[in-house]
Amino acid sequence: MLERIPAAELRYVGKRTPRIDAKEKLTGQATYVSDMVMAGMLYARVKTSPHARARIVKIETEAARKLPGVRAVVIGEELDYRVGLYVVDKAILAKNEVRHYGEAVAAVAADSIEIAQQAVDLIEVVYEVLTPVLHPLDALKDDAPLVHPKLGEYDYMEAAFTPKPGTNIANHTKLRKGDPEAAFEQAEWTIEREYTNPSVQHVPMETHVAIVKWGYGDQVTIWSSAQSPFTLRNLFCTAFRLPHRNVRVVVPHVGGGFGGKAGIGIEPLVAVLSKKAGGAPVKLTATREQEFSLLPCRSQLTYRIKTGVSKDGKILAQQMTMYWDSGAYADYAVNVTRASGYSAGGPYEIPNAQVDAYTIYTNKPFGTAYRGFGHVEFHWGLERHMDLVAKAIGMDPLEFRKYNALREGSTSLTGEKIRAHTGNINKCLEAAENAVGYGTLSDAERQREAATGMKIGKAVVGLHKAPAMPPFTATAVILRMNEDGSVTATLTLTDYGQGTYTSIAQMIAERLGFPLEKVKIAFESDTDHDPYDWQTVASKGLLLSGNAAILAAEDLLKNAYDVAAQALRAQICDLDHDGEKIFVRHHPESAVSFRQLAIGYCYPNGNSIGGPLIGVGRYIAQGLTHLDKETGQGLPALDWTYGAHGMIVEVDKHTGEYNVLKVASVFDVGKVINPDAVRGQAIGGMLQGLGTATCEGYIYDEQGHLLNPSFTDNKIPTAKDLPLEVEAISVETPQVDGPYGARGVGEHSMIAVAAALGNALQNATGAQITHMPLRFEDVWRAIQRREPVDNWITKSPHGSCKSAPEIQRHGGEC
Amino acid sequence: MKRIELTINGDLYRRDVHEHRTLLHVLREEIGLTGTKEGCGAGECGACTVIVDGLALNSCLVLAVEADGTEIETVEGESKDGELSGVQQAFDRHHAVQCGFCTPGMLMTIKDLLRRKPKPSRAEIIEGIEGNFCRCTGYEQIIEAVLDATGQLEEKGEIKHA
Ligand code: FES
Ligand code: FES
Repeated sequence: MLERIPAAELRYVGKRTPRIDAKEKLTGQATYVSDMVMAGMLYARVKTSPHARARIVKIETEAARKLPGVRAVVIGEELDYRVGLYVVDKAILAKNEVRHYGEAVAAVAADSIEIAQQAVDLIEVVYEVLTPVLHPLDALKDDAPLVHPKLGEYDYMEAAFTPKPGTNIANHTKLRKGDPEAAFEQAEWTIEREYTNPSVQHVPMETHVAIVKWGYGDQVTIWSSAQSPFTLRNLFCTAFRLPHRNVRVVVPHVGGGFGGKAGIGIEPLVAVLSKKAGGAPVKLTATREQEFSLLPCRSQLTYRIKTGVSKDGKILAQQMTMYWDSGAYADYAVNVTRASGYSAGGPYEIPNAQVDAYTIYTNKPFGTAYRGFGHVEFHWGLERHMDLVAKAIGMDPLEFRKYNALREGSTSLTGEKIRAHTGNINKCLEAAENAVGYGTLSDAERQREAATGMKIGKAVVGLHKAPAMPPFTATAVILRMNEDGSVTATLTLTDYGQGTYTSIAQMIAERLGFPLEKVKIAFESDTDHDPYDWQTVASKGLLLSGNAAILAAEDLLKNAYDVAAQALRAQICDLDHDGEKIFVRHHPESAVSFRQLAIGYCYPNGNSIGGPLIGVGRYIAQGLTHLDKETGQGLPALDWTYGAHGMIVEVDKHTGEYNVLKVASVFDVGKVINPDAVRGQAIGGMLQGLGTATCEGYIYDEQGHLLNPSFTDNKIPTAKDLPLEVEAISVETPQVDGPYGARGVGEHSMIAVAAALGNALQNATGAQITHMPLRFEDVWRAIQRREPVDNWITKSPHGSCKSAPEIQRHGGEC
Repeated sequence: MKRIELTINGDLYRRDVHEHRTLLHVLREEIGLTGTKEGCGAGECGACTVIVDGLALNSCLVLAVEADGTEIETVEGESKDGELSGVQQAFDRHHAVQCGFCTPGMLMTIKDLLRRKPKPSRAEIIEGIEGNFCRCTGYEQIIEAVLDATGQLEEKGEIKHA
C-alpha cells in the first residue's frame, strides 16, 4: 500500500492537521458513556470481595431485595455463564470461591445510585478465608493451592496457548532458535540476572462504564467505554450463547483506554442486571477504587536473562525466562506472555535463543493488555541487562547495542528475515545519542553539577515491538458519499484519544483528492451499522485501517468513475477528477460534479443511473503465520516499530532524589502522517512510561489485600513530573505495506523508559537497581549498596528481586 | 431536599436537591451539564474542576447546597457565540487534547490561573495545572497551548526528523 509520492506533492499526509474531534471535546459537548442517561435507566453497584482467596459460604440478599427502589439483585450462584478472551476461566460473579481482592460477588440495580449502594451494603457475604497464593514463583511450587482446579475443563484457544491443568500455569510459551547450549559453551562471557516489576494500573481518566439493555427476545444493546466493539460482542455472545445478530455494541467517545478496555469487562454483569430488571437499561460506572481491583491491571513480571557473549562483544546466545503474574484470570496475560516471548530479545540479533515464558495464576487482580503489551515490563529487564553485559565485558553500552542491533539480513527470534525496509534501529539509537549528548557532559551540565552538587547521568536504550495479534487480523472501512459531494467514513477501530481518526481522514482526503473539510469520520462506533474491526489494540490501527481507508477511497472513486463515464459518454481512461467533479481530461468542460453523482446520476429527462456512491475497503494482515508451539518459529509480526530513548538525569547521591532533565524519544514510524499527533503519542507515552518507572505499582499485604487502590497512594505523573526538556524525533524508513509507508507508534513511546532511567541513574551513581519503579528510597538504598526491599508484598519473607548479577568469564578472571 | 439557586455560565438554575449530593452530581445528573467530568470523586484528579465565585475547585468535594447562591463557570460557558475561546483555540492548534476527559477541568483551571496571572511562566503553568491529571498527553502540548494563548510561545513544539 506504500505509495511513493514525493512529500512535496502530498497535500494532507505528513502535514500539521488539527484533530477532527478536538472542538467537540474542548466545548464539553463530546458524549462519553459516563454522560449518557436513558429513559427508565437504573443504576448499578457492585459488592466486591475483601479477601484474596476465600470460599463463599453464604450470601444473604434478603434485606437488599426488600429495599424500596431495588429492581434487581444478582449473585454468582444463579448465573451459568463463563467469559474469557483466550482461556474461558471467569464467572461473571464469583461462584463458590473468590480468587482476588476486589472480585465482584454480588450486584444490584436500583432507581438511584444511592439506593443501589445502600442495597449493596445490606448484602452479607459469609466467607471462609483461605490462604492465598500471591507470588508467581510460589504458585509454581508443588504444594501451592490451585487458583483454578478445573483448568483442564476450560475452553481455550488451542492454536496459540498451552495451559497446564493441575498447576497454576495458564500458558507456557516456548521459543527455540539455533543451539543455545553449544553457543553458551563457546561464549567468552556468561552473564545472568533477574529483573522484576509490580502490577500497574492503566488509569484511564474515564473509569470503565457500561449501559446495557437486555430487550425483548434477547435483543441486547450495550453502550460501553470499550476499545474493541466487535471483540466485545463476540465474547459476549459466546458467554451468553446468543446469536451475534442479537447483540449491538455502541461505543461513543471513550476517556482513555491504554489496553485496559480492550476486551470484555463489566458488560456481562450489567447485562444480567438488566435482564433481571425486566429489560430496563442499567448503568454501571466503576469507582476509581474498583478500577484498580475489580477491573484488570498490568501483570507483574519476573524476568531472568542469561546472555553468552563472544570476546569481541557479539551476543552468541541468550536464555530468557519470564514469569508473568496473571492474577486470578488469564484474560490478555496469556497473550502478553506469547507476544513478549517472541520479542523477548529486543531489537538485537540473537543467533541462539531459548525463551520460556509462563503465565501464572495467583490470587491477585488479574492482568490484561496495557500499552506496550508486555514490552514495557520486559524491556525494563532487557535494557538494564544490556548495560550490565556491556559494562561487564568492558564495552560502552551504546556501542554494544549498535554492534548487536538487528539489521538487514538478521533473523528475528522467530526466524523472520529482517529487511532494509523493516526499519532502522541504529538510526534511532544515533538520534537519541545526539539529542542527549551521550558519553560526555556539556559545559552547562558541568556547571549545573557544580552548582547543585548533583551528579548527572545519561543513557540511551533501544526498543522494538510488533503488533500482538492473530495472523488473520482484519478490518474494513466504508466510505459513503453524501448528497453534497462530501464523504463520511465508518469503521470500528475506535479512537479513544490516539488521534488515528484524524490520520485516517488525512489519508482519505489525500487519496480522494478532496479538501479535508469534506471528509468526516463518524466517531460513534456501532456493530449494527459499521463494518468489522478485530480490536483497537497493538498499534496496528493506523496500518490496517489506513490501508482499508485508502482502498475504500479507491473503490468509491472507481464507482463514481463508472457512472461518470456513462453520464459523460466517455471512457474511464480519459477521465480525471478534482475535489468537485469528474471531467474528461482533454475536454475539461465536459464534467459531472460529485454532487450530481452522489446518490445516482439523473439525466435531464429524469432517467437515472448509479445509485448512492459507496466505497468499501477491506484489509487483512498479509503473510503472517501461527507460531510453532514447540519452537516459537513463524511469522507473527505485521510490522516492527523500532525506537530509542535518550535520557539525562541528575541525582543527589546522599538522598537518592533525582530529576529527569531530558528525554529524547525516537521512533522509526515509517512515515509521519500527522506530526503533532505523533509527538503527542511520543510524549504522552513517555510520561506514562516515567510513571511506571518512578512511582506507580500495586502494593499488597501478606493476605493479598491491595493497599493502594487510589490516587493518594498510587500516584500517577502530574505536570510537575514532566522532564525539564522533552524531544520527539522521527525516523522514516517506509513500511512497504503501510499506508503512505506508515507504521504504528501508539505503544512504543512507553517502552524502555524505565530502563533508560535505571541506566542513567546507575551511570551517575553506580546504583544497581533491578526492580522498578525506582523510588527515591530505592535509589538511596542502591547507592548505599543495601539489598533492595521487596515491599510490593509487604513483610514478604522473600525478596522478589535479586540484584547481584552472576558474571562468569570462562577461562579468565571475572 | 433543599431548594438552591445556581447561576451557571450566566443562566439561573433553581433545583431541589438532596443535601448529600455534590455539586458535580447536580451539575451533571440534575442539570444535565455533562461537560464537567468525574475522574475519581475524591478530590484527587481535577477532572471535575469548575469555577465557583471566581475560584477554581473540585466540584466533587463541594456539596450542592454549599454552592447555593453562587456564580459558577463550567466548560460549557467557555466558547461564546460559536467561537472557541483563545485557550480553546490554542488547545486545538497544539493537540492539547487526546481522549478529552481531562480537558474540561483543565480549561477551568487554566481560566482561573490566567485571571490571576495573565502571562504565567512555564513553571507557573506547571504549578497551576499540577492538580489536574492528564493520562494521555504528557502535559507538554497543554503547556505549549497556554504559552501560545498568552502570546509567549517562542517556538512551536515540533517533531524533529532524524
Ligand atoms: S472527580 Fe473531583 S477531583 Fe477527581
Ligand atoms: S486527554 Fe485524556 S486524560 Fe487528558
